Amino acid sequence: MTHYIVLSAILFTIGCVGVLTRRNAIVVFMCIELMLNASNLALVTFAKQHGNLDGQIAAFFVMVVAAAEVVIGLAIIMTIFRTRRSASVDDASLLKY
Amino acid sequence: MTLDVILLASSEAAADIPVVHPTAADGVFSWLWLIIALPLAGAVVLLVGGAVARGSLKSKMDTGGHWIGAASAVGSFVLSLILFLSLLGRGEEERQIGQHLFTWFEVGGLNVGMDLLYDPLSALFLLLITGVGSLIHVYSIGYMEHDERRRRFFGYLNLFVAAMLVLVLGANYLVVFLGWEGVGLASYLLIGFWQHKHSAAAAAKKAFVINRVGDIGLSLAIALMFTTFGTTDFAAISEQAAGASQVTLNALGLLLLLGACGKSAQFPLQAWLLDAMEGPTPVSALIHAATMVTAGVYLVVRSNFIYELTPVAQTVVVIIATITLLWGAILGCAKDDIKKALAGSTMSQIGYMMLAAGLGVAGYPFAIFHLLTHGFFKANMFLGAGSVMHGMNDDVDMRHYGNLRGYMPVTFLTFAMGYLAIIGFPGFSGFWSKDKIIETALADNWIVGLCALAGAGITGFYMTRLMLMTFFGDDSRWEPGVHPHESPRMMTVPLIVLAALSVLGGVLLLGDFVVDFLAPVTGVAPAHEPPLPAIVVTLLAVAVVAVGVAAAWLLVGKREIPREAPTDVSFATRAARADLYGDAINEGLVVTPGRSLTAGLTSFDRFGVDGVIEGGSAGVGAVSGLLRRVQNGFVRSYALSLLGGALLVVLALLAVNLS
Repeated sequence: MTHYIVLSAILFTIGCVGVLTRRNAIVVFMCIELMLNASNLALVTFAKQHGNLDGQIAAFFVMVVAAAEVVIGLAIIMTIFRTRRSASVDDASLLKY
Repeated sequence: MTLDVILLASSEAAADIPVVHPTAADGVFSWLWLIIALPLAGAVVLLVGGAVARGSLKSKMDTGGHWIGAASAVGSFVLSLILFLSLLGRGEEERQIGQHLFTWFEVGGLNVGMDLLYDPLSALFLLLITGVGSLIHVYSIGYMEHDERRRRFFGYLNLFVAAMLVLVLGANYLVVFLGWEGVGLASYLLIGFWQHKHSAAAAAKKAFVINRVGDIGLSLAIALMFTTFGTTDFAAISEQAAGASQVTLNALGLLLLLGACGKSAQFPLQAWLLDAMEGPTPVSALIHAATMVTAGVYLVVRSNFIYELTPVAQTVVVIIATITLLWGAILGCAKDDIKKALAGSTMSQIGYMMLAAGLGVAGYPFAIFHLLTHGFFKANMFLGAGSVMHGMNDDVDMRHYGNLRGYMPVTFLTFAMGYLAIIGFPGFSGFWSKDKIIETALADNWIVGLCALAGAGITGFYMTRLMLMTFFGDDSRWEPGVHPHESPRMMTVPLIVLAALSVLGGVLLLGDFVVDFLAPVTGVAPAHEPPLPAIVVTLLAVAVVAVGVAAAWLLVGKREIPREAPTDVSFATRAARADLYGDAINEGLVVTPGRSLTAGLTSFDRFGVDGVIEGGSAGVGAVSGLLRRVQNGFVRSYALSLLGGALLVVLALLAVNLS
């Protein structure tokens, strides 16, 4: 069981670092997915350990939300790319003080 | 001296104080309200009606509205006369008549009615106000003939008469206060009637503001009556006053005196009266000589049931009155403006009335008697001064007059009657009334009596000076281009009537008529053995006046009068010309400290209160300006702070769970 949790932690950390360091919006997006899936893995592991289905149901919910999020997120990235010819998150910095 | 007066007054307080117990109005007396309603209706028609009227009706009102004003005053006078005669026909016990018009307001246990009280005191005032008022209305028709705003002038005059009638007819202090404020308003409007003149507008404001100071006294007195007696009715208070504590009574007496000082231009609230002469002359005659300025005397005499119980307040009244009668007389000596000289004289004469009123039961009737005769001769002289100004192109400087007796014989003769009356020439009205006051004052306290005697001498001086400068001498001092002429009959007839009253006013004292008539209100004085026989006092007074007249003849009549006031004069003259520094004292004691206080308060408000609030908001603004920098638009930095926040939450949860 511990291995699953360790894997989940490693995956989450990779995603976290990726979100913080990468500029390309697509890669950032993928890192977010990685974090979501890391948490899914943790949820399923805990569900197995506790012997009930709560965590698995939660994992399904996360998947549904992630799918919806991907649709909207990719659409936004596409629009930004069309107007600015760039997918860098640092270029989309107009909404500020 | 103070102790003397207190002892004397307290021995007099033992004299029984009449209680006000009005009987319901019936018969002809039920028309009492109409006396007020007539001039009030006149004012409403002239002011409101004239303002909303359009077209030919408006032009009719503008050209003929003054007839409405005069008619309402005369109607009021006729009614007053009928009521007065009916009152004479009644027994002495039934001479207090009350009329309840309606409930003014009712709050909790407080019930204030619009009640009128008609008794000998108000009866005499009604005759004076409506009688002299009617004559002045008639005179004004001639005097204001060429003024475009004549309709408004007569509207204001009617408003004044109505308010003054409310003042003297009110049966409780609140109704009196209503009239009191009403005459203050009318006085303000009329002093500033020629408001295009800056001086007139300023004088109106000055009169209004100083009167407010006095009104504070009256309104506090009324509040104190509510808390002490639960009512302001004369009848109830005159019954319960003896049961109140001495402190309350003293406070009531002094507060009422403060009110009286403001309205009657008594020291230390005297400064407005001379400036008030900026108003049209009929206004000076009606409001600032005959009626409104005597309201303070009325208040003191009407409140006799309070003053009789408070020797302290009575003493203060006497002191204030003595100061004022000398103060006004000294001012009268130095003024070259004929109306201001007369105003100084008015102040001084009201000082005499106040003095008599402060002397208690023995003095009340003479205060009212002098008030009546003064109303006649001073209105006469003011209207005479107006007639002189009318003939001299509205010049008021007596140094530009001279030798007018031949050019204006009627004005001269009527003015001379007023002159003889005011200096107390034997046989004329002022002789009887002033003599009685001096006599009573001497019997009470010799210092006050001597001051009153000296005042009579100074009166003789300044009035003779005024006569000599105006009507005698030659015409070398005239302004170029003046053609003195007698005024139209519309103006001379009231003068003649008032002159006759000035001469004959003394008949009111025949057989002690005034004293006996007023006895139901003012009480009967216990017989005192006077320290000096009456005839000696009379001779003394006449001698002092003769000295004053002779001095004026030597100093003014025998010398050349310069056209410009000489500037190399003694300190005393300079002080008198500057109103004995009354304005400077007010400026130094009240205005400047008041201004500094306001300036201090504004700067405290600006920098203290506003400083805290504005500093607080500026601080919040600065901090948020710094915090704003966090929103830098870089998504990754948001992600970092999100992570940091999540870590913090996790750590906090761990810390809580592990501890």
